[in-house]
Amino acid sequence: MKARLSDDSVARALDSKSVEVQLRHREINTELVGSFGLHWMEPLLQISLENKEYTFSNVSDSKLAEVLQSLPPDGVPESNSSFIGPISGQKYLKNQQRLVFDRAGNVNPLALPRSETLESILSSEPETLIDAIETSGLRGRGGAGFPAHIKWRTVADTQSDQKYVVCNADEGDSGTFSDRMLMEGDPFKLIEGMVIAGYATGSSRGLIYLRSEYPVALEYLSEAIDIAYSNRWLGNEIFGSRFNFNLEIFVGAGAYICGEETSLLESLEGKRGEIRYKPPVPAIAGLFGKPTLVHNVITLASIPGIFEIGAREYAGLGVGPSTGTMPFQISGNVKRGGLIEIPFGTPVRTLVEEFGEGTLSGRPFRTVQIGGPLGAYLSEKELDTPLTYEHMEEIGAGVGHGGLVVFDDTVDLREQAEYAFEFCEIESCGKCTPCRIGSVRGKETMRQFKDGVDIRTYQLVEDLCDVMEQASLCQMGGMTPIPVRSAMKHFPEDFGRNGF
Amino acid sequence: MTEESVRTLVEPYILATGGLIQALRRLMNEFGYIDPEHIPVVAEVFNISKAEVRGVISFYHDFRTHLPARTRIRVCQAEACQALGARKLTQEIESHFNLKLGNMSDDRSIELDPVYCLGLCSVGPSLQVNDRLIARGSIDSIEGIGK
Repeated sequence: MKARLSDDSVARALDSKSVEVQLRHREINTELVGSFGLHWMEPLLQISLENKEYTFSNVSDSKLAEVLQSLPPDGVPESNSSFIGPISGQKYLKNQQRLVFDRAGNVNPLALPRSETLESILSSEPETLIDAIETSGLRGRGGAGFPAHIKWRTVADTQSDQKYVVCNADEGDSGTFSDRMLMEGDPFKLIEGMVIAGYATGSSRGLIYLRSEYPVALEYLSEAIDIAYSNRWLGNEIFGSRFNFNLEIFVGAGAYICGEETSLLESLEGKRGEIRYKPPVPAIAGLFGKPTLVHNVITLASIPGIFEIGAREYAGLGVGPSTGTMPFQISGNVKRGGLIEIPFGTPVRTLVEEFGEGTLSGRPFRTVQIGGPLGAYLSEKELDTPLTYEHMEEIGAGVGHGGLVVFDDTVDLREQAEYAFEFCEIESCGKCTPCRIGSVRGKETMRQFKDGVDIRTYQLVEDLCDVMEQASLCQMGGMTPIPVRSAMKHFPEDFGRNGF
Repeated sequence: MTEESVRTLVEPYILATGGLIQALRRLMNEFGYIDPEHIPVVAEVFNISKAEVRGVISFYHDFRTHLPARTRIRVCQAEACQALGARKLTQEIESHFNLKLGNMSDDRSIELDPVYCLGLCSVGPSLQVNDRLIARGSIDSIEGIGK
């Protein structure tokens, strides 16, 4: 008998460690795995016995004895209330197309995967790799959706004695956890993506900027990097090629703004994470003034899949210029919260209603916020909008990092709009006035709505949002008006007035 | 703690990437906070002004210049947890300890702090008690703490 127990942050926060202690105490061969992303089932326990798989959900140390008693030959697994049949049979998983998360959950995160694809990539011409990324249509998964190949080519074409690949693992948006899940469930996918990006752009150093709120990810990632070094995935002359690539982790110190790429670079240099003026772009003058390729975790982890299935095949997934798959994350007040990797183009409604199965509270759905604290609150009728960069832009929203946060009818959108400004106030780096002062003024204005509204307050908010949008140096101030304006537009009744 | 031992702690980071931040984290791990008296030593080791060191310390949420409490409870305030009642839970925890978020009890036994996303958004509201993560948090999750 062999047991496989989830060991990601979610499982641990639901006390999986006490199940692990029990399993080890009973001397059951136990392997720790990442999460499949069906979070309402965590901690998840898979038991293999005589070539058969039995999966149990929501296992706790007190339930474990009954689970084990229900196993054959003496028991009937189906009789146990935690039994869910094979995990592969779950429709939540069957309705996905996983390229980034194909291994997560299925494998021991610290077992070195096969390296054939990586080895053959390292023997091809770097230029052809950049061409392949262009063909695939890959765009940045962190939020901005910028075409990846333009960054790659710029770094490759800029002459320098040192270039860097920097992975942005400062996943600060509420409602997003795909970076964390990838680093905890399949860290080698990220390492592989970074090696390929380094080779294609001629960069010999990689840095992963990891937020300090992710201690479990740090644990897995550090160990995976050590294993990679001892197996020649990293270091000098990788797989006997002439390519050297050294990778290290840098742990952040708690600052949402460091998810903005230039602020992240400042922080990597040991300074306050204040954003930089652009130009020059980081691809020309980034870390320590050297050409630097900055990508989010999921962008880098999408690269191996592109070479596995082929760039053309990858470009065929999705809709229009939104190609490939995206690991969406659904959370908040939802029954089936978790990770859903599907091609771009699925309507929001499918995620909320079919995957998510509605609100956890059972109360009526009211809104879903897409793309983190800087994302729009959608109205009911906007739920039919397909999730692509283009369609989202049309309704004044954005895909962001793919997080969807569901709210039931108890939400007060005025309170949410106030929070949007408040969050900007707390996390603003302070460099530009529209963001630093605008956020404070915005919060005060939102509070005025509580005492009844007059038209001047409304105009003030409009003016303030215009200034922040047009004059902020980065997206923190520039996008804070998005949740505010969408809340006021779709839910005017929460602002004490029916229609402005 | 002598000046010399602080110097020994931070010196290895002089040439490291983002060395100042790594050095400050080292001090946090060692003492639980950054003693303002150590700032001149760090400034001298890194050959920068004391103001620059203070500037970095004040910028990041993780760096603190006061002695920590025995138990630190962090309550997630971000949207996904709000959708699951984080505002109400925060109030309950605040009244349980008779302490506002961002403050420490007089006997230094409890400290309540906000946190903005622990990445447990699908199983909120989330709490963190010292190093332990707690999903589906409720007032029961903190029972017995600080007693």
